[in-house]
Amino acid sequence: MTRALINVPPKAKRGQTIEIKTLISHIMETGYRHDNMGKPIPRDIITQLTCSYNGEEIFRADLYPAIAANPFVTFYTVATESGTIAFEWTGDNGFHETASAKITVE
Amino acid sequence: MTAHSARRVGKAKRAHHRVGTAHRSRACPRSASKYAQVGQARPACAFALPTVLLLAFFASAAAAEIPLDQRRSGYADVGRDTKAMQDDDTANPGMLWVLDGEAQWNAKAGTTNRSCADCHGDAAKSMKGVAARYPAYDSVRARPVDLEERINICRGARQNATPLRFESRELLGLTAYIGRQSRGMPIAAASDPRLTPFIAAGRALFEGRQGQINMSCAQCHDDNWGKQLAGNIVPQGQPTGYPIYRLEWQSLGSLQRRLRNCISGMRAEPYDFGAPEYVALELFLMQRARGMAIETPGVRP
Amino acid sequence: MRKNKKVEIMMDHDSREATRRDMLLAGLAGLGAALIKVEPAAATPESMRRAIRQVVGEASVRKGKVTIDVPPLVENGNTVALAIEVESPMTPQDHVKAIHVFNEKNPQPNIISARLGPRAGRGRITTRFRLADTQTIVAIAELSDGSFWSASADVIVTLAACLEDLS
Repeated sequence: MTRALINVPPKAKRGQTIEIKTLISHIMETGYRHDNMGKPIPRDIITQLTCSYNGEEIFRADLYPAIAANPFVTFYTVATESGTIAFEWTGDNGFHETASAKITVE
Repeated sequence: MTAHSARRVGKAKRAHHRVGTAHRSRACPRSASKYAQVGQARPACAFALPTVLLLAFFASAAAAEIPLDQRRSGYADVGRDTKAMQDDDTANPGMLWVLDGEAQWNAKAGTTNRSCADCHGDAAKSMKGVAARYPAYDSVRARPVDLEERINICRGARQNATPLRFESRELLGLTAYIGRQSRGMPIAAASDPRLTPFIAAGRALFEGRQGQINMSCAQCHDDNWGKQLAGNIVPQGQPTGYPIYRLEWQSLGSLQRRLRNCISGMRAEPYDFGAPEYVALELFLMQRARGMAIETPGVRP
Repeated sequence: MRKNKKVEIMMDHDSREATRRDMLLAGLAGLGAALIKVEPAAATPESMRRAIRQVVGEASVRKGKVTIDVPPLVENGNTVALAIEVESPMTPQDHVKAIHVFNEKNPQPNIISARLGPRAGRGRITTRFRLADTQTIVAIAELSDGSFWSASADVIVTLAACLEDLS
């Protein structure tokens, strides 16, 4: 099942600021809802997204129940060298998902 | 999370147009939800398809149908950010389902252990234009079927696989993937004359008043499109983007799901998923939108 | 005011809950047990201020440098686009270290906390979030020199016009 969609420009110039977009499939159950019987539906959210560029962390976000389902987070980074930009999502109930993209920097 | 108390603030601050019904109730009054819990009132009419077909023949002239050149997709009525969400395939949550559907297209299923691809090959070729001409007439069943039903018919007949549940991730994935292959293509005008009575039945459903507030779809979507209703602009109801990612659902959903929303929003009893009334309505709506471009997967509020 | 079914399902902070908790606390106090302070599940301007304090500590927060891009009237409170931009050269000497966003009327005061740094190139993040009600949101930027800057935005949230039954 497709979990994540990431958008990293495949090519960039050295020193250029690039935009990175991430989208991941997740219900982000807030923990504040109740089912039809009145029972609370337990919280089930992604709590953290980290991004690293050739192994070095360049971005980290703590997510809360207020983040809408299928969390979409975008940010920027400076293209420094060719390599791999890697993403990791962690959350409740042992949720763990990764994705990566290659970038060529000239 | 919903904006319960904010609704009062919203209405106090904004003078929004009331939809022009001849009755005392407002469009979609929230207080009517009390009655919705206490056991639904019987809908205005049974709308069994034969009855509707009969009605269709005696139907009077159409309500103010939208002139062809004034038709516009619901995309035109959404905010800048929602448009941006739809325009970018890497920001459009509907694409998560499209990619799912692609995986399913290629996955073996049923006791025949065949995938869709085994018969239909590359969907980009074989499915091009398909969603744009559904619902389509099924000779065996002597009635139109929509895309969801067609997929399940195929699964049963060709793959010997169990049908996929309505609104399941699997069925939505496949319809999104197939729909995506028609993106940009114009919705086909129905050329099969056998569809005519069903289109008329769909029209009768669209124009007929129903539910506790005795409203018809046409009253909002033919007569009052473009006007403000709470935080949204009333769209024309053109099904160009289905299945859509609806912000309200925070999920992808089918046209049937959206019709059910509307029907319960009008305080009428929605039919069960898969009912022929929905197929007739879908068929009529697609014909009403003939020539407009498919946008699947659309993003709507 | 009678709450409709959907609100009862979506939110868990009506007055009955608070009374039960009050009685429980009173009972525990009576037994001499350690008091467990239970916060009702509702952010308030006060709990938002406290959440901001937790991030900012004793430092003062100045208005400026931060721009919040959010629709003033949202199409649907379930998914609202949000962009936060912070004016900064984003050099190793002068950059945005973190961006924190808060709200005052959701069940919880936090929305997102992002760590940037000199490699970011631009002090901007976007996301989509949920708003339970018409309210004010606050974005705080933490700069490399230890200063805090903020902006706030008022957002109106109305219900979608034709809501589906949850059944």
